[in-house]
Order: sequence, then C-alpha cells, then structure tokens
Amino acid sequence: MRHLLSVDDLSVDQVEAIFETAAEMHDVQHRDVKKLPALRGRTVVNMFFEDSTRTRSSFEIAGKWLSADVINISAKGSSASKGESLRDTVLTVCAMGVDGLVVRHPASGSARQVSEWVDAAVVNAGDGTHEHPTQALLDAYTLQRRLGSLEGRHVAIVGDLTHSRVFRSNVLCLTKLGARVTVVAPPTLMPAGVAAWSAAAGFETSYDLDAVLPHADAVMMLRVQRERMSGAFFPSAREYTVGYGLTRDRLRLLRPDVPICHPGPMNRGLEIAADAADAAQSAVLEQVSSGLAVRMSVLYHLLAGEEA
Amino acid sequence: MALVIRGASLLGETPADLLVEDGTLTRVGEVDASGHEVLDADGLVALPGLVDLHTHLREPGREDAETVLTGSRAAALGGFTAVLAMANTSPVTDTAEAAVRVWELGREAGLVDVQPVGAVTRGLAGEELAELGLMARSRARVRVFSDDGRCVHDARVMRRALEYVKAFGGVVSQHSQDPTLAGPSACCHEGELSGRLGLPGWPGIAEEVVVARDVMLARHTGSRVHVAHVSTAGSVEVLRWAKAQGIAVTAEVTPHHLLLTTDLLAGYDPTYKVNPPLRPAEDVEALRAALLDGTIDAVATDHAPHARHDKEHAFVDAAFGMLGLETALGVVRTALPEMSWTQVARVMSQNPARIAGLETQGRALEVGSPGHVVLVDPDATVAVDRAASASLSQNNPWHGRELASRVVHTVYGGRVTVRDGALADAG
Repeated sequence: MRHLLSVDDLSVDQVEAIFETAAEMHDVQHRDVKKLPALRGRTVVNMFFEDSTRTRSSFEIAGKWLSADVINISAKGSSASKGESLRDTVLTVCAMGVDGLVVRHPASGSARQVSEWVDAAVVNAGDGTHEHPTQALLDAYTLQRRLGSLEGRHVAIVGDLTHSRVFRSNVLCLTKLGARVTVVAPPTLMPAGVAAWSAAAGFETSYDLDAVLPHADAVMMLRVQRERMSGAFFPSAREYTVGYGLTRDRLRLLRPDVPICHPGPMNRGLEIAADAADAAQSAVLEQVSSGLAVRMSVLYHLLAGEEA
Repeated sequence: MALVIRGASLLGETPADLLVEDGTLTRVGEVDASGHEVLDADGLVALPGLVDLHTHLREPGREDAETVLTGSRAAALGGFTAVLAMANTSPVTDTAEAAVRVWELGREAGLVDVQPVGAVTRGLAGEELAELGLMARSRARVRVFSDDGRCVHDARVMRRALEYVKAFGGVVSQHSQDPTLAGPSACCHEGELSGRLGLPGWPGIAEEVVVARDVMLARHTGSRVHVAHVSTAGSVEVLRWAKAQGIAVTAEVTPHHLLLTTDLLAGYDPTYKVNPPLRPAEDVEALRAALLDGTIDAVATDHAPHARHDKEHAFVDAAFGMLGLETALGVVRTALPEMSWTQVARVMSQNPARIAGLETQGRALEVGSPGHVVLVDPDATVAVDRAASASLSQNNPWHGRELASRVVHTVYGGRVTVRDGALADAG
C-alpha cells in the first residue's frame, strides 16, 4: 500500500490487516505510557485545506503515539484564490522532507491529484464530497467489534448522501466486507445516477426510513447541513427530522442491540435526537477511539514498512 | 505572384491543378506551371480553407496562454484560413475599439482571417447590451455576438439582443447553460460518474432548457440564433424540431464532444475539464448522427488554451477548456470516418463561413473564389504530441493519441502558410 486515497484501492485482505493492527493499537490507548517507537524519525504533515477538529486531532495523536514528528498545516481557502496552484502548495511542503502527507481538501479528487505530484505517502483525510477512507475503515472496525463479521449484516446509511464523503467511502467498504447496505435519503439528497450506481455496486436505496429501520443490524446517521435548505434540497429542518431524523419514536423501531453510528459533528435534534445519540446502543464515542486505532494502523502500514 | 497547386483531388474526387493569382483562383483543371511557385499536392485532398466559429485567442489579457499570433499559427497548422475570436478576453471585446484591435492583430499575424466576436452584454455581465451596432459598423465588421463562457441567461436580454442584431444581419451565438441548474462549479456531466466521484454535476437539462427557450425566442423575434458547442442528445432533439418548423437556428459541435466521453474524468485529470462537460457515449452518438444529417451545421473547436498552472489545481478549481485548432480535422476524420470530403468541407468551411457572414471564406474551389485552400493527406495518421504545437499552452487532451489524416499544406489568400505540415514562415 503506497497511499490511502480510496477504499477502492484496498483488498479485503488489506482491510483485515489494517483492522488486525488497529486492534493492537487499540490496547495502547489504555496504557499509562501511550507511545510506540514505530515511526520514530518519520515526519507526518497534516495538511488541512478546510476546517476540521476531530479528524486533524485524531491523525495528530495517532502520529504522535507512533513517535512520528507531526506537523499541522492549515491552508484554508482554495490555493486558486491565492494565486498559487495546488501543485506548488504541496510541492513546497513536501520539499521540506515529508514521509506522510495527510490531506483534507474541499475538492473531490484532490488527494489523488496530490499523490501524483509528491513522493510522500498520501492519506486522504477527506476530499470534498468524494471519500473519507479512514472514516469508513473506523466505522467498519467499530461495527465488527460490536457485531462480529459483517458478512450478510444489514447496514442503513441515512442522510445527506449527495454531499457525503462518509457515505461514499462506507458504501465501498461495507459492501467489500460483505454487508448488505441500504442508503436512505429524500430524492433530492440522493447522488446523481444512484440507480445505476447502486445496481452496479450492489447496494439498495430507499426514501422510507421507517420501512428500513426494523430490518437494520446497524444504522449510520449522516450530518445534514442547515445551509442545504437554501439549495432547495428540503423545505425545513423540522420536515427533515420528521422524515429522516433518528427521533425518539424511531428509536423504538430499532432492536436494542443495533449500534447507532454518527461521524460527527452531530446536529442534535436535526438528524439525531439526544435520546438516540446518548442511548446505550450508541457507538458514537467508540467510533472516536476506534478512529485513533485505525489511523495509527494506517500510518503504520504506510510508513513503517520502508527504511527510514 | 502566382501559385500552382498541382494534382490535388478536389473534395476527394477529380484530380486537378489549381492556379491562384493575386489571391484568387483563376484556373481549375490543367495548368502550365512553368515560372510559378508549385505546391505538389499529388494524392492529397483539396478543401476550401477551414473556418472555426469558436476560438479563444486570449489576447488581450492572457498572452501567457495564447496570442493572436500563436493562435493563428495553430489555426494555420490545423488547416484553417479563418477563425472567430471569442469575446471573453481581458478587457472583454464589447466595444468597437476592442474589436478593431483584435482584428488588427489578426491582420498583423497574417496567417488567417481573425474575425472578432463581440460580446452580447457589457463585460459579459448579462445585464446591459454591449455596443453591438458600433461593433458591426467598425472596420472589424462584427456579425457574431456571444457572451461565451457565460450564458445570456436573462430571457429579456436575450430577446432584445436577438431583435437588435436583425438591423445588421447579426447572429447571437449562445453558450447554453442555465446557471441555476449548472452553476460555476458544475464541472462533470451529472450522472452516475459525478455521483460516484462527488463532483458537482452539470446536467444535460441545463443546456436543453436554454436551447429550447432560445429557439422559441428566435421564432418570436424572427432573428437568427446560433447554438454554440451542443453537447446533449436532448439539445439535438430540440434543434431537429426547430429546424423542421423553419426557425432560423444553427448549431455547432466541438471535435471533443464527437469523440471523448465523460468516463475520462474518473482519474480527476483537469486536462479533460471542459465546458460543456464531456458527456456519455449516448450523447456522443446523437451528436455524430446530428452532424451527419445536418441538424448540427458546423464543427467548431472551442480551442481554449490555458497556462499550465491554471490546470494544476484541484479538479473543481482548475480552468475549463482544451486545445483544438491543430487537431480538429483529425478528430472529425477519426470520429466520423464515413463522412465524405464534401460533407467535411460543408461542416468545417462552408457552413461556418455562412453562419458568420464571412463572404470570402468557405467558397467552392472554383474560378473566382479566394485562394483559401487546405491540402490533406487522407491516408496518413498523426501521433499527437502536446509539446509539438504552435500554441503557447499544452492542455491537449489528444496527447498520445493517433488521429486520422494529416494537414499537409495550407494556402491563405494564395500564400502558403503551412508547407509539409510546418509553418512556412518558420525558417
């Protein structure tokens, strides 16, 4: 594995290897001294072209616990608006001697483009509305710890699919691991061409959350941005919640052992009610700690193999 | 000074010699070449010089990407003897002075007729009409008006523009893109691929609703509308209907929309980012059929040079457009090998000249016509190398591809501008 740009780049064996290492890394989190020497002398740059607190800190801690030197660069605003090309921006950073480049960028495909320009190993930490592969890996890892094998398990992904990189990576990852996936959204928040895509990729679509929830083995709620209302994607927050929110009433449609996931940050009261977010079956905080383990594992697999 | 073009087959048929004296074809048939400059065209096909309705020459404003001179060179190498230079320069061609300046630069370059296109609206802002009449009355004799790069979206402004240009036989060339359905970030044909890639979609319907509206406005105003770079099967259906009604609508298609498809975007290479976007194969098929049956009148390059750094951004931030002048004929021959040379001459020379009102271009190769001739080797192929181009830019989607037929010589007003595939003035 040279880069991690898309879940599609990974074989099932590679996903399982990442999970295996992640399980070992997970134990480190519970030690008093949370540090492994694996990446000593290696430099990891977190290059974030858009705001992020949780993903950036997760990668930062993951790198530090592996003893890498971790530098955060915030480069908000498109490089185009500053007159510098994206290529120049990343080449400048990499000229300092970077082994791993963790890239978050508001444009879809940017991580792949960056990987074609630089020598460093590139990790896609979210490219526009395209993919967020470590999020999908940590989600699947979390679900496996709860449910065991995902083969044949039914996962519902609910929310703003059009604008969600979490959905795109998850549908790839979960179907790769043999899960049955149903994505649920109003028609305006279904991605273009989803009928052909879902048929080819083997997942299902639905506009009816109430019909899907009773059969789900896991449910993932996606963040809905309030500004979508101005794009005429849906009429009001209230109407969205009634149709597609995981409300207290809907919680009753789920079996009590069904994990509830959310990539965060949550809009409590919009796509997820407090009762659901804080329910005993909620996996939201587990996702965060799993995220650290999975990101340690990814950095380890990308950077520890070669000679420093 | 006289030039003899020896042994070319006219439109791929009868071989004949052509005598060009003082810029005019004076004899077609057998010519005694003694004492004249001779261009050996044995085995080559002679066509009237090609005419491009849609070229971006970038001067003034972005002379690092292209100039009137370098664009003229690229045009001559592609077999063109006239190009229409789009108005979206900096400053915009929205005054007579700006139009005349571009026209003069073209005369100074002296390789093709450079005919400026005037903006429809001041600053391409879509609000107030530019000085259409003054541009028409100027030495540049502007007849084609376009806000290309942007759509004249406001129906009232479009209606007025269509009415106004009737006074001087003008035509509005529309970039059909409803900005509420396909905004400035829309960069990938909206469909399964845009859904998977997470790229902002540019749905075919955003073109089709504007084409449909504009043909109704053309009918209502009794004016002429030209649809630039048609890209969808739906637009073709509307055009076919409109022509059957006798509405004065013409349309062009780019070479790239005849051969390249949207799946090239899977790797997010901005070389393939163009507006309108590359479409699926079904649209490409419909466009080819429409060009063959005359529903689409012309091939126009939409040659859009960009400095390298303007393409080295994330896909949504990179500039729209691709080169096209030097490869246009080869792409058409590759996409439509069944097209006769007579048809090629019609869609790449006669029809575009007629649409643009260029009386000295697109004429049949007969006595009395201006000496604008291109000589093509029909059996050769060309391996495209983006570094071997007269253009200042390299955003060439054809790099590494093999294209059918080769432009060997270009004659502009009786003067050889391209000889054996190279610029005649290069030495």
